[in-house]
Order: sequence, then structure tokens, then C-alpha cells
Amino acid sequence: MTFRNIAQIAGSAMTAQSVRLNTVASNLANAQSAAGSEAEAYRARKPVFAAVAERAGGVAGARVQVLDVVQSDEPVRRAHEPDHPLADADGNVYYPNVNSVAEMTDMMSASRAFESNVEVMGRVKQMQAALLRLGEG
Amino acid sequence: MGIDFDKALGLHPEALKLRAERTKILASNIANENTPGYQARDLDFAATLASVTAEEGGGLALDTDALYRVPNHASKDGNTVELGVEQAAFSQNASDFQTSLTFLNMKLKGLAKAISGQ
Repeated sequence: MTFRNIAQIAGSAMTAQSVRLNTVASNLANAQSAAGSEAEAYRARKPVFAAVAERAGGVAGARVQVLDVVQSDEPVRRAHEPDHPLADADGNVYYPNVNSVAEMTDMMSASRAFESNVEVMGRVKQMQAALLRLGEG
Repeated sequence: MGIDFDKALGLHPEALKLRAERTKILASNIANENTPGYQARDLDFAATLASVTAEEGGGLALDTDALYRVPNHASKDGNTVELGVEQAAFSQNASDFQTSLTFLNMKLKGLAKAISGQ
């Protein structure tokens, strides 16, 4: 049935965008979390999306799947703060490699994309409801 | 003498089904707006409808593959979805769906009147 497929496609995109918003929230929340060593420092997380074609009768649609959430390999920021409680022997602390500006734009993009898919779902619901009223009145 | 419903309803049932299939493709395009490498697709509606109605028996065999959309601008990650284009196409397609549905409803009303002899 076509309409259920469409709802699943829009739903998969909404799930994927929620995962993306989730990582943005996590990144922004931890943007100032200092750590005592480079290995312990928080690293920005990014989801990886992939299109999954589905051919359940008729033409093929494509769902969105979150393949993985990967950590950024950008270098973390080292700051010399000897009076910081987490400072190492050399007086350095390590701050996450979170780029706040990039995270904010990512957040806007994700919420807009989420809204687009909500609109698609609403419109498809209207179409299905109209189809069910066929032959009435 | 009976009524041949397939003839009486014309191509509106086929058009309606094709509109629903196209909705799925356009919804996929909008859903994959942020998927790297995803290539937007669409149906050639007129050509597909013509091939469907030309077939004997009138059944809808949608084994035709959707065509790839030619983007206005290139993007770095190979994604060819342009949200404005897709939203416009989706909205127009939904309106056309309603139009086909309305035509179909009017045809059915006409048939109901003919059957009840009004």
C-alpha cells in the first residue's frame, strides 16, 4: 500500500533528523567540558545517513537510515590552565573539538528538514482521508 | 446492457494511482535531503500515464524506473535534492491528486444517478 510506505519514508527521515538533533544537543552541551588528557576529551559526534531503496510494489522509494554516529577526528583544543582542577602535570587541560557555529547551523538545518517531513506526512494524511471519502455524498 | 465501469471512469483511476506513486518518489526526495550522494528522482507523469493506458487490459504495471532529476546547482556531497523544487513538485502533485479524485467522485455520482434512474 502506497500511503503506508510514504508515511514510513517520512517517518524514517524524522527519526534520522532527531538523531542529528540529539548529537547537536550533546555536542553543544559538552562544548566546555574540560578533560585532563587528550584521550579523555569529548569529541564532536556526527550521524552518517544513507538512503535505503525499498521496492514494495510500484516504483521504488527511499528511506533514510542512520548508519552510524562517528566521532570527529579534528584535533581537540589544548589550553594552559595550571589552576584548573583537571590540569595535567604540565598545567594543560583539553577542551572538546566542538565548533559551536557549525553545530548551530546543523541544528537549524535538522529542524527545518524535520518540519518538511512533518508537512509531507500531514499532506499525505489529507490525501488518504480524501481517498477514503470517495463515492460519498 | 451493463455499464463498463472501466470505460465509464476513464483514465482517472490510473491517474490517481500514478499520482500516489509519484507522491512516494517526491516524499523520498524530501526525506533524503541530507543524505550524502542521494540522487533525486521523478516520474515523467505524461509518458508513464500514456504507456499505462496504452496497455491492453488497462492494468497498472509500474515497473518503469523513475528518472533522475537534473539539479540546477551542484553540491559537494553529490546530493541532488533541491528542497524548493521538491516541495513545489510535491504540492502540485498533491493538488493534482485531489483534482483526479474530484473528477472520479463526479463520475461516480453520475453513474449512481444513472443506476437509480433519476
